This record gives sequence, C-alpha cells and structure tokens, in this order.
Amino acid sequence: MMGTKDREGFLKQLLVYALLICIGFIYIYPILHMISSSLMSLDDLLDSSIRWLPSSFNLSNFKQAATSMNFWTALWQSVVLAGVPTVCNLISCSVTGYALARFDFPGKKIVMAVIILSFVLPSQITMIPTYVLYSNLGILNTIWAFILPALFGQGFNAPIFILIFWQFFRQIPKVLIEASRIDGAGYFKSFFKVALPSAAPAFITVALFSFVWYWNESYLTELYVHGVYGASDWTTLVIQLDNFAANYSSYQQTATNAATNLNESINMAGTLLSILPLTILYFVLQRHFVESIDRAGITGE
Amino acid sequence: MMAETRKLTRQEKKALKERLKHLKSGKLEKRYSRMGLIFMIPWFIGAAVFLAYPLISSFWYALNNIRITPLGRIFTFVGQGNFTQILIQDPDFLVQLVDYVTSTIISTPIIVVFALIIAMMLNMRIKGKGFFRLIFFLPVIIVSGPILGMLTAEGAGSISAVDMQSITSAIESVLPHMLAEPISDVFNNMITTLWYSGVQILIFLSGLQKIDKSMYEAAKIDGGSGWECFWKITLPHLKSLILLNTVYTIVFISNNSQNPIIMLIQASMFSGTKEKGYGYASAMAWLYSVVVLLLVGIFALLLATRKDQYEKMVKRAKKARKKEARNLKRIERRNRRNAKQIERKRAKGKITTHTTKRDDY
Repeated sequence: MMGTKDREGFLKQLLVYALLICIGFIYIYPILHMISSSLMSLDDLLDSSIRWLPSSFNLSNFKQAATSMNFWTALWQSVVLAGVPTVCNLISCSVTGYALARFDFPGKKIVMAVIILSFVLPSQITMIPTYVLYSNLGILNTIWAFILPALFGQGFNAPIFILIFWQFFRQIPKVLIEASRIDGAGYFKSFFKVALPSAAPAFITVALFSFVWYWNESYLTELYVHGVYGASDWTTLVIQLDNFAANYSSYQQTATNAATNLNESINMAGTLLSILPLTILYFVLQRHFVESIDRAGITGE
Repeated sequence: MMAETRKLTRQEKKALKERLKHLKSGKLEKRYSRMGLIFMIPWFIGAAVFLAYPLISSFWYALNNIRITPLGRIFTFVGQGNFTQILIQDPDFLVQLVDYVTSTIISTPIIVVFALIIAMMLNMRIKGKGFFRLIFFLPVIIVSGPILGMLTAEGAGSISAVDMQSITSAIESVLPHMLAEPISDVFNNMITTLWYSGVQILIFLSGLQKIDKSMYEAAKIDGGSGWECFWKITLPHLKSLILLNTVYTIVFISNNSQNPIIMLIQASMFSGTKEKGYGYASAMAWLYSVVVLLLVGIFALLLATRKDQYEKMVKRAKKARKKEARNLKRIERRNRRNAKQIERKRAKGKITTHTTKRDDY
C-alpha cells in the first residue's frame, strides 16, 4: 500500500517495525517493571546496580502479598461479582437490542437518545440516590446491587452493549426471521431460535467486555457491594489492591513469623497477582478479544 | 400545463390518503409495535428505576441539606446554597475541576491521535500483526483505578529513559502555573495516558480495513502522494470514528476511579460534617456532570462540523443551483407582472397605439 517501488516499501517497513517495537516496549514497560521488581528481594531493591534482573528469583513476595490480600477468597468473589452481572447484562441487553433493531414502535428515537445520553452521563450523578434506593431495598452490600440494574439493562456500560446488539441484530437478514414466522414460530420463538444463535459473536464480545469492565470497576463496587467502610464480606482483587497497605499492615500484625515491611516488591507482587487472572484469560481467549470489536460492527455506523 | 400538473398532484394526494388509511387499519404493524414494546419492558423498568428516578431525586438532593440521624434522613431545603458553597468555599473542588478539564482537553487529542497512528501502522503490510495487536490491547484488560494508582506510585507510569524532569521544568517555565501542572502531569504519566488507547486502536483498525483499497490505487494513478492520500481519503473515511473515539475517551477518563473529583464526591458524600453529606455531594455530581457533558458537546461540535472537501463542493453546487432557481423564478414573476400590467393598460385603452405600433415591426 505504502510505496509502490519495492525499495521504498522496504525502508518504510523497517521504520514501521522499529517504531512499533519501540512503542510496544514502552507500552509494556510498566508490566515488565512490575514483574522484575516483584521478584526482587529487599537487598536487590536497595542495590542500585540491579535494574532489571534480580539476583535470585524471590517468590516470598508473592506469598506474603497473596496471604495479606486473602487471594483465593478475593479471586472467587471477583469471579462471581463479575460473572453473574455479566450474564444478566447479556440477557437484558440482547433483548433490548433486538427490540430496537427489529421492531418499530412509537418513541424509538427517544429511547435511542436516552441510551446514548446515559452512556455519556457520569455515573456519579445518579450514584447517591441509587445508594439510598439500594439501602431502602435492603440490597446494599450484597451482590443484588449489581444484579438488579444489570437485569434491567442499566449495568455498567450497558448502553455500549445494547448498541452492539442493536448493530448486530440489524445485520441479520430480516427474511430469516420472517421465514421462521411463516413456519409458525411466535415472536419469542423466532427470537430464541433464529436471532440468538446467529448473534454468537456479539454475545462473545459483550460477555468478554462486560466481564473485564465489571472486574476492573473499583469505585462503584466499593460503594455498592464492598461497602465504603468494608461493611460486607464481598470483596474483589482490585479492591483488595486498593486497600493493600491497610490489609498488609493488619496482616503484618497478626503474622507470627517474620513478615517483612511493606516495600515496592510486595506492592508490585500484589499488583501482579491482581492482574494475573484476567491476563491469563486474555492470552487464552486473545483471538476473541482482539477480533471482537471488528466483528461486533461498532464501526458500521 | 400548469393545470395538468396540479390535477396530477391532487390525484396523487388522494391515492396517498387512501393508502395511508389502509395502512392505519393494518393490524400487523400494530402488533409489531406492541411486540417491540414488550421486548423493551425490562429496559423501560430499568430506565425508570435506575436512571430517571435517581436523576430527578439527585437534583432534589442537590437543593437540600441532608443530615442522617438515627430516625432517618432529614431534608432541609437550601436552594442553590450547596452550589454556591461548593463554588465559593470548597477548597478542592474547583481546583480539581479545572485540573480535570485541562488534563482532559490535553490528553484526549493525544490519545486519539496516538491510537490513529498505531492503527495506521498496524494496517500496513507487516508481519506479526497479531502479536502487536495483542500488546496494544493488553492495557484494556488490566487498566483499572487501583492498578494505575499503584503503578504511578511506584514510578512505573513514566518512561524513565526520557528525562521527564527537564520537560516538566521547561513546561513550567513557559506556562502559568495553573496550566503547567496538568500538562506536566500528563507527561509524567505518559504511559498510563497512552494505556487508555487500546479500544480506540482496534476501532480505528477495523475502520481502516473497511476503506476500499482501489481508492488509494486511483489516487496513486492520479499522482497523489501518501500524505495527500491520508488527508483526502483516510481521514474523511474515519471522521465518524474519530468522533466516536473522542467521546469514548472522554467518558472513559471521567469514569476512571483515578479521577480525583469522583473520589472527592464520594468523600463528601460520607463526610460527617454538618454542611456536607448527600445533598452537597449531589450538587458536586451535578456540577461535574454538566462539565463532562459540556466537554463532550464541545468536542463533538468541533469534530462534527468539520466538512470534508467533497461535501463542501456538493454544498456549494447545491447553493448555486438554488440561487439560479431563485433568479429564474424572480425573472418569471417579473415577466408575469409586466404582462399583467400591459394587459391592464391595454384594457384601459392606454397603449393601443403602442401595440399596433408593435405589430408593424
């Protein structure tokens, strides 16, 4: 595409490779830094001659960080707290997207405008009355505070997911659904049997993004589910990381044998532990992640 | 001829009316819209309970001072009191709001342009495309408030190879303090700023792949350089995506829990002092939301009003044609008026001689 002559193309490509590798390195520099310093012992940290490679692989940082973060419980709760609302999001957003794509009803344009507006509107504006509402309903500090809005199409970033489904269902040829109607399927049956199976890519996209976004959300999780003063038993890895210093000092007091003071290595080990599950998921499902945006047709508009 | 066309339109109107009547009585259409509404029920409930109700009551909260007692919440109406208090007395809010606005205005174009450049490089014919895509998308997975906070605290957010200190001091010497601080903040956390561009890169990439390759070939044949191709083909095609990405970036930055303002809102929500509390925090949230919406609106206006060359030409041609039509109509009208005048004069018998004279020619 660039450079019609072979020579020019080659030079240009070399430049592009160099740039991409440089920027790519800068991009993952924090992660590399995290990995290397999480493996360092205290002596390595203080030794200024050691920059990248620690003198010995020191896994005790991870052990201490994991116990202080209560890693396994937090991991399990993170999975539940991200997974269940994601399923609810899938249900409600697919139904809404289907309605917007397939049917004409009065006020459809207003609904679209509201959906787009609710995407742009910061969540802080509805946060306080929602908090009061949840506490009145008695679902504050329980997982229901996440499930309920998601079930009614108001979860995190639900407008994006609705628009993804809308875009996707519009691409399915109308004849397909009409044919199923002629064959005697009702509206719901044609939705479940024809529209849903053909929207598998959209489901994958929405599921992945919803899971990741719920997982990484700390502000609203802390407010609604974890409780600002840690009122409930629910916690996630990200929140544990947020309160890492406090957690660690309380761990240090209770630990009987030789817990070292909080240092950079332990901090980085904790950070690494909290991103590890999603990173593994990402590398396993990388094809779906990277191609998802392409397939979901966000760019179609 | 005039009469004929008028008759035709009247007939057409009648037919249209007939057809509309027919459509109105169609039951399938009605059933369709009813089914659509049924499918929308969950969303309607959600929008009412979790969007409209909180929005309205948040505004009501903002006008009140709310104190929490063991007996319940006590509302005292204070009107715009919360707002004036925030704007005049609060030591943090206004400063942080200005910081937020400036840093967003600076970092949004950086992120979008960076994403566009990376996407264009990835769109070239290179090997290992998948690997690079993997790296550039990785931050989307791991980016979250506490992790960014941890990385920034440990100094992993900036490029240590580049001497940031000199850049910051250079910026601070040139610009006034209020502007310099957010700008140097952006530079200090360059990597984490760039980390926000993962989704945008993919959106641009899939947009780039949809541009017809033959257009570039045609441009090449006509002697267009790569630079011209970029401005006249690539950019116009990506116009809507640039808008989408800009809005996405602003929304993402505003909702990110690294943002000090939303932490401030939460802190004042649970602050025990007499004048703060839910009402005060709601007023803050309203001010903040208005600012965010304004930012999005300004960026959208800036990007949406920019017409490309082709659209400009079409518009100009349309304008010219309209002008011509108007002129023609004016001439026609004048002619008709003149003809009428002559007719009248002739009826009065004033210019009989004139007409006879004319016949002589």
